[in-house]
Amino acid sequence: MEKNPDRPRRHTLAILVDNRPGVLARVTTLISGRGFNIDSLSVAATMDPLVSLITLIITGSPKIISQIIKQLRKLINVIKVTDLSELDYVERQLIMVRVRAEDPLNRAEIMRLREIFRAKIIDVSLKSFTLEITGGSDKISAALGLLAEFGIEEQVSTGLTAMTRSSQSRSGGK
Amino acid sequence: MTIMSGAQILIECWKREGVEVVFGYPGAATVEIHHHLETSGIRFILTRHEQAAVHAAEGYARATGRPGVVLVTSGPGATNTITGLAGANMDSVPVLVFSGQVARMLIGNDAFQEVDIVGVSRPVTKHNYLVMSTEELATTVKEAFYVATSGRPGAVLVDLPKDVIGGETEFSYPKKVILPSYQPHLTPHPRQVAKAVALLGKAERPIIYAGGGVISSGASEELLKIAELLEIPVTTTLMGLGGFPGTHPLFLGMLGMHGLYRANKATQNADLILAVGARFDDRVTGALGKFAQKATIVHIDVDTTSIHKILDVDVPLVADARQALAAIVNLLGPLPKYPRETRARWFAEIAAWNAEHPLSYNQDPEGPILPQTVVDVLYRETQGKAVIVTEVGQHQMWAAQYYLCDRPRQFISSGGLGVMGFGLPAALGVLVARPEITVIDIAGDGSILMNIQELATVAQENLPVKVAILNNGCLGMVRQWQELFYEKRYAATMLRATPDFVKLAEAFGIRGFVATEPSEVTPVIREALSHPGPSVMDFRTRTEELVFPMVPAGKAIDEMLLP
Repeated sequence: MEKNPDRPRRHTLAILVDNRPGVLARVTTLISGRGFNIDSLSVAATMDPLVSLITLIITGSPKIISQIIKQLRKLINVIKVTDLSELDYVERQLIMVRVRAEDPLNRAEIMRLREIFRAKIIDVSLKSFTLEITGGSDKISAALGLLAEFGIEEQVSTGLTAMTRSSQSRSGGK
Repeated sequence: MTIMSGAQILIECWKREGVEVVFGYPGAATVEIHHHLETSGIRFILTRHEQAAVHAAEGYARATGRPGVVLVTSGPGATNTITGLAGANMDSVPVLVFSGQVARMLIGNDAFQEVDIVGVSRPVTKHNYLVMSTEELATTVKEAFYVATSGRPGAVLVDLPKDVIGGETEFSYPKKVILPSYQPHLTPHPRQVAKAVALLGKAERPIIYAGGGVISSGASEELLKIAELLEIPVTTTLMGLGGFPGTHPLFLGMLGMHGLYRANKATQNADLILAVGARFDDRVTGALGKFAQKATIVHIDVDTTSIHKILDVDVPLVADARQALAAIVNLLGPLPKYPRETRARWFAEIAAWNAEHPLSYNQDPEGPILPQTVVDVLYRETQGKAVIVTEVGQHQMWAAQYYLCDRPRQFISSGGLGVMGFGLPAALGVLVARPEITVIDIAGDGSILMNIQELATVAQENLPVKVAILNNGCLGMVRQWQELFYEKRYAATMLRATPDFVKLAEAFGIRGFVATEPSEVTPVIREALSHPGPSVMDFRTRTEELVFPMVPAGKAIDEMLLP
């Protein structure tokens, strides 16, 4: 049982839109115009070149999220909005992180962590490793937590992207 | 197939959409369109400011139900339309602004009179377009009209680069719009209709709360039928005035911040509210946590996002208001059952509230003119038949309270955005559409100056607008707040250099009248109304007069300040 149903929660919205100039701006203007922050955003073409998928992560109470979803559906160029958080789905994000690695012991430990997280080393210097890690947000934050022990020099990240599992369909109307 | 220029295509598209009048102002980016428009048979009304062109188009649209069309140039021409777009969009009025734009190769280069108007207008329009080729012009115009007029109507802007207008292509007008991602939901769900009917059949203290959606969807007849069939009193929003006959015995008057005592009391004590084409605006609900606590609410709206936005309702019904009410009428049948015996008690209660605090004022024949007197005499002298357009402020509320409108599209005011300066241009737009009727702009001495230049348009087109200025020498609505809640410190609200409106009117070639004593009100109104052309009436009214009832901010709507 949910203790407080009005509690703000993180929602992953999959938004199918017309692949046209200005459409992303319409989506982000709508959200910023209501004073909400976008936690994460990624946009790319789909199998249909006329359609793009915006994966957007936003935190809010159920009432606010439902209003945002309805407002998004009202946009002329929005084809479909799905709140993946209500479905079974997989999400992935890619980060690149440069970790301090001067001490040989640390270098060995980072290599072990690399294996555990199935990360790739994409750049090496005498003083640092740069790792590429993909995964869901839990895995990414676990990896970053451990790597922080060695000292993170720089870190960049893509937005999250997400997909429902094969048993689920993106149900609902627009 | 004929080869045509972009300018010719645009005009041809307008003709296919039935456009008879375009409001606007020319400039370098649109000169070619005007060149062809001049011989097209479409009437062009040259307003003296682009903002006024959009208000005029809104007045035209609200008087007729047809979309209002505006043509302006790039840059400042386009940015001047923003207030008009925002107002029309908020009040769900179909208005289309076609703006010139610099040539495509110059876009983004800070060219002369260049503004990213699609970016600027995005949050204040229902949708907007930048047309990037002459080939897609016809389809875009078709789509723009469809979007502006369908579902919950709204404002649409179409930006037209100069070389797209100058380019040539084969013209073919699409027969219909293919827009899979935009499908307004118009037909009511039968299960929701049945739920609504069941509740209506049981309610002992029902009211209908009707908004502008009743007027834009043409649902007045159905509304009247339901109210009479079930003997349900009706209150409306400012936008809904005229949607239900103002002189009908079941009419409670407007509700909300300056609503009638009985209307607010009835809303707070109702056991069922049938909300139709209204959106529970903060000026209607007052303190939300105390709004209509005893009522089950049925909410009909064509816009899904209006439902559960402000408050959670019991029976949402997403549909066109007319279709939804027609479905309810249909299901009710000719002799519906309802607790008739309880109605007498409900009406007695409402009558008692009205007796307790009726809408009233007390004109001292020797004292200054009261603004309510002016509205009352206007009502009497026009037999309640004039179209009333207003500016925004105290005068707007007195107009709403005292001029009882019996017909839809008879009361035209800037509701959601509350645009001062709306009235005069909107009134001229109404007269362009309906030259045969009396149109009165009830104005304040503050608001009227915000678009006073439109007297030139009125004079040029000889549109017989009757402007009635309730001239109290101050920005009355803000002054009222200062008197009641800000220690009577009248900061920035006293207008110490108001012009002589008679001379001002005469400078534009228009008849001007002034009344300073109560005894002069009727003669001035008679003379101004019988004068065949436009006229301006300056009524010197009492500065200290306040609009009552008033619900202070943060109070429930039955916690009213009264005279």
